[in-house]
Amino acid sequence: MKRISTLLAAVLLAAPAFAQVQSLNGAGATFPYPVYSKWFDEYHKVKPELQINYQSIGSGGGIRQLTEKTVDFGASDGPMTDEQIAKAGGAVLHLPTVMGADVPVFNVEGVKELKFDGPALAGIFLGKIAKWNDAALVKLNPGAKLPDQAITVVHRSDGSGTTYCWVDYLSKVSPEWAKTVGKGTAVNWPVGLGGKGNEGVSGLVKQTPGAIGYVELIYAMQNGISYGSVKNKAGKFVLATVDGVTQAAAGAAKSMPKDYRVSITDAPGAKAYPISTFTWLLVYAKNPEGKGAEIKAFLRWMLKHGQAMAPALGYAPLPASVKAMVAKTVETIQ
Amino acid sequence: MNGAIYARRRRVNAAMLTLTAACAVLSASVLLAILGYIAWKGASSLSWAFLTNLPKPVGEAGGGIANAIVGSAKVVGLAGLIGIPVGVASGVYLAEYGRRGRFAFCVRYAADVMNGVPSIVIGLFAYALIVMPMKRFSALSGSVALALIMIPIVLRNTEEFLRLVPGTIREAALALGVPRWKVVLFVMVPTAGRGILTAALLALARVAGETAPLIFTAFGNRFWDDGMLNPIATLPHAIYNYAISPYEDWHRQAWAAALILMLFVLAINVAARLWLRPSAGAAH
Amino acid sequence: MTTAAAPERSVPDARGAARVAGSRERAGDRLFRLLLTGAAGLILLAALALAWQLGSASRATWKAFGLSFLWTSTWDPVNEVFGALPFLYGTAASSALAMLIAVPLGVGSAVFLTELAPRRLAEALCFAIELLAAVPSVILGLMGVFLLIPAVRFVEPLLGAYLGFLPFFRGTPYGVGLLAAGLILALMILPYITTITREVLLTVPRPLKEGMYALGATRWEAVRGVSLPYARSGIFGAAFLALGRALGETMAVTMVIGNTPKISASLFDPAYSMAAVIANELAEAASDAHLSALIAIGFVLLVVTVVINGLARLMIYRLEKGA
Repeated sequence: MKRISTLLAAVLLAAPAFAQVQSLNGAGATFPYPVYSKWFDEYHKVKPELQINYQSIGSGGGIRQLTEKTVDFGASDGPMTDEQIAKAGGAVLHLPTVMGADVPVFNVEGVKELKFDGPALAGIFLGKIAKWNDAALVKLNPGAKLPDQAITVVHRSDGSGTTYCWVDYLSKVSPEWAKTVGKGTAVNWPVGLGGKGNEGVSGLVKQTPGAIGYVELIYAMQNGISYGSVKNKAGKFVLATVDGVTQAAAGAAKSMPKDYRVSITDAPGAKAYPISTFTWLLVYAKNPEGKGAEIKAFLRWMLKHGQAMAPALGYAPLPASVKAMVAKTVETIQ
Repeated sequence: MNGAIYARRRRVNAAMLTLTAACAVLSASVLLAILGYIAWKGASSLSWAFLTNLPKPVGEAGGGIANAIVGSAKVVGLAGLIGIPVGVASGVYLAEYGRRGRFAFCVRYAADVMNGVPSIVIGLFAYALIVMPMKRFSALSGSVALALIMIPIVLRNTEEFLRLVPGTIREAALALGVPRWKVVLFVMVPTAGRGILTAALLALARVAGETAPLIFTAFGNRFWDDGMLNPIATLPHAIYNYAISPYEDWHRQAWAAALILMLFVLAINVAARLWLRPSAGAAH
Repeated sequence: MTTAAAPERSVPDARGAARVAGSRERAGDRLFRLLLTGAAGLILLAALALAWQLGSASRATWKAFGLSFLWTSTWDPVNEVFGALPFLYGTAASSALAMLIAVPLGVGSAVFLTELAPRRLAEALCFAIELLAAVPSVILGLMGVFLLIPAVRFVEPLLGAYLGFLPFFRGTPYGVGLLAAGLILALMILPYITTITREVLLTVPRPLKEGMYALGATRWEAVRGVSLPYARSGIFGAAFLALGRALGETMAVTMVIGNTPKISASLFDPAYSMAAVIANELAEAASDAHLSALIAIGFVLLVVTVVINGLARLMIYRLEKGA
């Protein structure tokens, strides 16, 4: 018995004698997890001696772990605040990688398409618009047969970049929302049920008649839930597509700040989808030995080859102007 | 008059028999429903490739969970190596030296409390204890978190089984002049050995299914792990990640992985209980 | 609950034994005892360290809100106003509901399995019920989402129609909510109550039962008159142990409770438990105040667990003394 346990201990504690693989660890947002995991898996094929292990523990987790230096890079859907950057003890670069969109999903019998505008969505999520046949909704959708049914609001229970994008948009289009609820990865929702993750929300909406919620575009597409079009700043109703999201970023690209910490909700442009967001990789400007070079190499690959893989997964690639800017910033990483 | 009362009593008896039988059958059938559902959802996606491949990028067929299976084995194995000796030793202490006394009372109380702490809080504790000072996520920290969950279970069961050993055995050994520590280690513990080992196996099966404590400790890994001092994949974590994703393929993998986990946990439990049965009959 | 094989006084502790024998404790014995004491002390140390760590990491919240944290019902991460009341309520209500369902069901099953059932059937059912305890929480959560919620959504309108005069059964039948959470918790604690109650019932001395039968009692009357009263303290212990488990249950609950920090009397309404909010918001809590508030909730949960365990031990001690 004693001999077996010593042997077992030796086997377990000894590092496996595989070829010496270098590894990078990253943590952060769940929202881009599918595309990031695709990139890191593909990059491993290109460079087998490097393993980049990314775990989606949440944007806040990513920021925290980067600050604690337990991971080599972070990822977040909401940019770090100045305080957080100060606490990180070193310049942190925000590098936009892809964009995504939040769509309003709904479950109303007999209705396949709906149009929403900012004030209407804010009213629903504030609890002011409580029924589907409310005057505001009927005005936007004259042709639809909206029933006299209570609206069940579904939101995220866990903190999330998806939420951040949604409430950021609502704060911009509704002064009342900005005043009473505000924006953050988790907020004090006035009404509604909380679903865990995009899965939780889409599940609840699918199963609850009269429900409305918000999920990332990819979830709505993959799960076949009806989602509505939203009126953008230019006054056009846009149904979320990968292209519409890229247009939103392009519109904001002209005034892109050097640190990329910008919100692209309610962006200008006729074809822009108003509820879009960047997601960023967070990297220290100065990295410990060797890691900076590896991170740089990956980022170059990401800009050159990775971007093309995004649309198939429901994410929008960076517009060309932004890509060029990011490429220059990548070169400054040490 | 007597006849009517007796008939009523017999009716009550029959009614209670039916009611309690319904309770028991209902409880038992829940397990069958769960097993059936998982088998139905997961069986179709099980294959040898699934068990031996690494995860593939999204959209590519043939991804597997080999690293999660091996990772779980390693993390749970190390947790057992840490938790079982400590748990057994504590249980032995409580049974042999802890019949009275405040210290023993506090230890039992502490074990009960640790039993009730949500596993995510234990994971946080392990994070603060090991991940932060080491400045890295590691399989080791995950094992420590799981060991903290195992110890109260093993402790309580060890104490119970040791108490069931007849005192006459101890007295006989002591009367022969055997030192006390040898009596405990070589006579008492082996006698209760089957029960203790069963408890250890059940504790292992319990922690094999834990997800929450591993998120901030073992962290997860899409590749083979790089030793116990680095992040590592585990089965429940993989299930959770796949289940909350938007892709059908990943959902299928989640169900298949859940089936594997269920089968493993069940196998350990069935084996442990079958093994235990004869000795339990003798002790009772 | 345990049958001591010999009376207490013939098992003195090591130092007592040495005193009786009139010699010093042998070196080997002393080392052995110290090693074991150390191991036992580890778990005590871990529990204390955990309490200390939770307390210190949540210091900011206690400083900002003081004890009013416990009865404030706002949870606003944006404006950094936090209160634990909705979560205390959700945990208490879902656990209470779970106990209401699981204790009768579990005791009933245990009675059937020990007293009334033929042996082979009892063994098979017992096996299945014990295995239920082994199902991982995350898998039960998945079951909850796909099977339980639609079923509850189906049942709730019926409950509302017949029992709607009670405040517990009003409101929109979402499916998720306190009722679903109570049900899934009941499912998780049921095996514990059943197996422990069964073990306790097995310790009822046969002569007592045989006495009842000799007097002409039916099997049920013997159970009700002798077995259940005798086992009362053990059943209480089982119930409290199960309660302790229910309080800390995370994954399964968060998938079915609705995750809304509101307090409402109706079982149909969504709620939020302490463990669930920690699991949901911990990963994304970017601000220090938010993180501190979540850890403060963890601390409160720890205190509640300590208190419940204390009460359970006290109750069992009193009942044993009385019996």
